[in-house]
Amino acid sequence: MAALYARLDKALGPGVIGLIGFLVLVIVAFSLATPQFLTSANFDSMAFQLPELGLLTLAMLMPIISGGFNLAIIYTANISGLTLAWILNQNGGPNASMPVFLLGSAAAVTVGAFSGSIMGAVIAYLGAHPILVSLAMMIFLRGLGEFLTKGGDISGFPDFLHGIGHGFILGIPAPLWVFFAAVVVWHVLLTRTRHGFSVFMIGSNIKAAAYSGVHTKRTLTLIYTLSGAMCAVAGILMLTRFNSVRVGHGEALLLVTVLACFLGGVDPFGGFGRVVPVVLALIILQVLSSGLNLLGANQHLSTAVWGLFLIAVMILRWGATKFGGFTRKRK
Amino acid sequence: MRSVIRAYPTETRLLVVLLAICLFLSLASNSFFTLDNFASLLNNNAVNVIWAVGLLVVLIAGGIDISFAVAASVVQYLCVYALAAIGGGNWLIGFLIAGSIGAALGFINAGLITYFRIISIVVTIATFNAMFGLLMFFTSGRYLYNLPDWWTNRIALVETPTAELGLPVAVMLGAMAATWFLIGYTTTGRQLYAFGDNPEGARRAGISVARMQFIAFGWMGMMAGVGGLMQAHIVQEVVPNALIGRELDVLAAAVLGGARLGGGRGSVLGCFLGVLLVAITQNGLNLLGVSPFAFKMVIGVIILIAISMSNLDVAMLTRSVRGSN
Repeated sequence: MAALYARLDKALGPGVIGLIGFLVLVIVAFSLATPQFLTSANFDSMAFQLPELGLLTLAMLMPIISGGFNLAIIYTANISGLTLAWILNQNGGPNASMPVFLLGSAAAVTVGAFSGSIMGAVIAYLGAHPILVSLAMMIFLRGLGEFLTKGGDISGFPDFLHGIGHGFILGIPAPLWVFFAAVVVWHVLLTRTRHGFSVFMIGSNIKAAAYSGVHTKRTLTLIYTLSGAMCAVAGILMLTRFNSVRVGHGEALLLVTVLACFLGGVDPFGGFGRVVPVVLALIILQVLSSGLNLLGANQHLSTAVWGLFLIAVMILRWGATKFGGFTRKRK
Repeated sequence: MRSVIRAYPTETRLLVVLLAICLFLSLASNSFFTLDNFASLLNNNAVNVIWAVGLLVVLIAGGIDISFAVAASVVQYLCVYALAAIGGGNWLIGFLIAGSIGAALGFINAGLITYFRIISIVVTIATFNAMFGLLMFFTSGRYLYNLPDWWTNRIALVETPTAELGLPVAVMLGAMAATWFLIGYTTTGRQLYAFGDNPEGARRAGISVARMQFIAFGWMGMMAGVGGLMQAHIVQEVVPNALIGRELDVLAAAVLGGARLGGGRGSVLGCFLGVLLVAITQNGLNLLGVSPFAFKMVIGVIILIAISMSNLDVAMLTRSVRGSN
């Protein structure tokens, strides 16, 4: 048994078994508590809700692994969404065609990546602290968005967007496909490419990385550029889900994305962290929220449970390293 | 003079920028350089300064606190109920209750950080979510208007025919003085700097890590509570989600004022100037007739520039100037 555990742990990576175990526990508990939990309707609704938070969390993940932070993710997503909305509205609004949507999406991703690249350049070349730079960027983008929209909603989009935000492809919700693709891209990027390796090295020790020949400045700029592009994908998805864009949509998710990263075992100091456990953490958060919702609690109680859950997990991890046999090996 | 400038480069630079902005605004708008305007600036930013000096202590000790604005909301609610339970109360009781509930909430953060070795940003993000969720759940987003009279009645400390400085300004000055004394003139204060600058070194020098965390987060919590009390005094109501989001603005202001993420640096004067810089810029844009929707955008740019500038070493600049002479 112990040998099997060790082999599984090694194959899946540290922390994954614990998270899977907890996920199963939560699902079983909710299934026993309410008959509505183990239904396809519930799973569909979870699958529709997850990607939004998931994409934003991925956008937060890469900066955190590099020892940084990106507080501007929500507003980068909003501004990218606004870009797409503007292009759609300039080209026929409800009658806009698919190519216009694709063009708009490309523009949205460009805008997201551009705002990310400015942040990254300031962080890399001026050496300013990522929390502060992204905080300033967040305040700026929020202001820009409110300036452009005067605080209102932008809507009036073509009907086929409904199919993207609410439709199924091969029986699986379309947003989930988008999220799945993003997860694969991020996982490959972080584990199989030179850029990914540089991200981890910068997160562990930026000076050592620089002396080892990693172009740290370029890598940092790229990290925030990619993060901005991922925000844009989230922004586009939010547009199709809500069928409108408002600056401030998803504001409450900012700290939840950080919470999900830490829950997924990402080292707050940077240098360690993997995509798969973070995705598991996201699923757990979603299951907790949906389950509590079915039991009659509201979103606010879920938020509280998420916070308490993070504290509990951190205490458990502390206990495991202090008393337990499963000390996490850290290089 | 030169030694003062060298010892406090950030504060000096901030002061110069602030004076330049003030000079410009005085010339550009005739309603800027008036007693009324300065009084309202101080009244409106007193709470931010109270929070900023609280956060300063945490930043000096090398931590960060995201949860204080929510903690302030929690304190407001608990205060209303506690005061109703004891039948009214007065300012003294109000301050005691608000300060101690705030400090208790800060101690929760400190306890988690110290005893379970979780870093402050993780802890405070978790407590932020937990406290906000529980607050919204138990209050169902209900506003409270039935505050005791003593709490909401205006108290003017300095009064001219058109302007007045209210109680929040006095509390702000008190908070600044107390923090200034704590970090500058007590052994504990010097230990906080040492601990923030090099935790391991400080620990080996015999400084109690737990004591530092509890003092820093307790102080922050106390200031959060007092700030919450003042906020309710100003707006005369208690709203559960009114203060959310303020924490990042206060953080930006504190850091503008020279406090360093990572610890060991920062001053009360810098905090005050940081808050004032943001406030005066906003005030100036308003007086110049710029659209209110553009305020935040401009402020974001200013913070971004200020942060970028502060990383260009000022000592290097002065040296090169002297070299060319």
